[in-house]
Amino acid sequence: MHTKTLSPVAALFRSDDVPASGSVTLRFDGRPITAPAGISVAAALLLNGVGPFRTTPVRSAPRAPYCMMGVCFDCLVEVDGNASRQACLTVVRDGMEVRRQEGASSLPLPTQGEGHGR
Amino acid sequence: MDADIVDLIIVGAGPAGLAAACEARKWGLGVTLLDEQGATGGQIYRAVDAASAKRRSVLGEDYAAGAELTAAFAGSGARHIAGAAVWNVGRDLKVNYVQGGANRVLQARQIVLASGAMERPFPIPGWTLPGVMGAGAAQILYKSAGALPTDPVVLAGCGPLLYLLASQYLHAGARLKAVVHTTQRRDYVRASSHLAGALLGWRDLRKGIRMLGELRRNGVPVYAGAEGFSIEGADRAEAFCFTYKGSRKRIESSLVLLHQGVVPNTQLSWSLRAKHRWNDAQLCWEPETDEYGQIEASGIYVAGDSRGIVGAKASASQGRLAALAIATKLDRPGRDQRLARESEVRDELRNQLHIRPFLDALYRPPAAHRMPPEDSVIVCRCEEVTAGQIRKYVELGCQGPNQTKAFGRCGMGPCQGRLCGLTVTELIAGARGVPHDDVGYYRIRPPIKPVTIGELAGLV
Repeated sequence: MHTKTLSPVAALFRSDDVPASGSVTLRFDGRPITAPAGISVAAALLLNGVGPFRTTPVRSAPRAPYCMMGVCFDCLVEVDGNASRQACLTVVRDGMEVRRQEGASSLPLPTQGEGHGR
Repeated sequence: MDADIVDLIIVGAGPAGLAAACEARKWGLGVTLLDEQGATGGQIYRAVDAASAKRRSVLGEDYAAGAELTAAFAGSGARHIAGAAVWNVGRDLKVNYVQGGANRVLQARQIVLASGAMERPFPIPGWTLPGVMGAGAAQILYKSAGALPTDPVVLAGCGPLLYLLASQYLHAGARLKAVVHTTQRRDYVRASSHLAGALLGWRDLRKGIRMLGELRRNGVPVYAGAEGFSIEGADRAEAFCFTYKGSRKRIESSLVLLHQGVVPNTQLSWSLRAKHRWNDAQLCWEPETDEYGQIEASGIYVAGDSRGIVGAKASASQGRLAALAIATKLDRPGRDQRLARESEVRDELRNQLHIRPFLDALYRPPAAHRMPPEDSVIVCRCEEVTAGQIRKYVELGCQGPNQTKAFGRCGMGPCQGRLCGLTVTELIAGARGVPHDDVGYYRIRPPIKPVTIGELAGLV
């Protein structure tokens, strides 16, 4: 497979115990990632060696989770096509599509033919 | 269901919220508790019901004891709405929240806000780099996901949580590269005037001493009285730097966990336009309330750390007190028994608060880590506004945090000022040389949690 696999040694965090409730598989930027069921997307990405979760709208600086409790908004990612989701407040699900967010998020604009002038 | 009026709506499932719910149920009140997480416990007892025996043992008996509270709540008959992001609480006692993409509103007779605490911002060079997190954040990662640092980690700052996490990591088998803390002689001198109170709270004191001894026995390098923290790295943390005994030290690490105490999460009380005052011992804002935690005569009570930092046990007591006051206000039978119960709860609260002034004095974060002297340090993480820019705004006539928005969008990003508000208040008060109460805070407006236009449109 032509995907860049993340080396587990690069991960800042490792899992302490075997999850009792099984695991799920989600995708980050198209790459499959497994994670214990019930944990947050932020925890899953950190355990899988994801560095920056997004870049900032102002200076394009890389960011990753800081607070893990929903107050800092630095863990914003795209989840199943929805931009700016707080990864630390979102629980992993099988088949979930998570994407890194570059700069400002954009609103999904109406496709041609739907009317509204721009 | 949504059209029904609930006797009591509680926001937050930490110790204050859970205890308030259990107490209110005892006196026959209908209770609905809303919380952002999937399970009860708040951050302090995060995932306590799901935690394995090993995890509970690593986290210690104070954590494991939280399971009594979550179990009491589960059996109380209160309704628990999990995964609910409360984005507005109104003076009309309506509560708006989003759950699973659906927007809902509930009407209450009375409300208890128990939104808890968050870690104090730590604005130093490099604090926005990936690989820099709160120690509390790392503790949440362990509680909720069993995640431990892969490589030896640096813990830096001050406060009980820093040593607690260090001790828990040792028990869990994670390695510590160094513990660097800022507490120095002048802090002990300041704290010594509160020693009598600390001795009354000797259990907590002994726990702290035991943890420091543990670090020493395990050969963890401890740098006491360090200052001038910074983190080096191009696009991620590479090294932690500090000044120790007059010389500059550099410790390579890809993960740096910072902590300098916790502060009240006041977003909801500010959004209600409640009057807040600056607490100079705890260096934070707290809402003005009556002795039961009620904001003016609003029917809205604040309990626990969101009313001022008191810790988990005292938070639970405050939750009980608010519930007792509410039961009496709503004319529930048993007024005399409640008076007896109230004096019991007040006694336990007094005992729990003995050690607080000592802790506040001993672990007062140094000024340079609250009001960065380096102009280039980012203060507002969202809009990337620096300390130098804030000082420049003041030179140009900026009077308070609210005006910094017009000067440079400070505090206008997704976190709504949560991570910069205290820093901006302190920077402006310092630069203007006026009391914090004169400088004020941001005007916080609902929605206080992100809500999409689609979710708003679906409001019923």
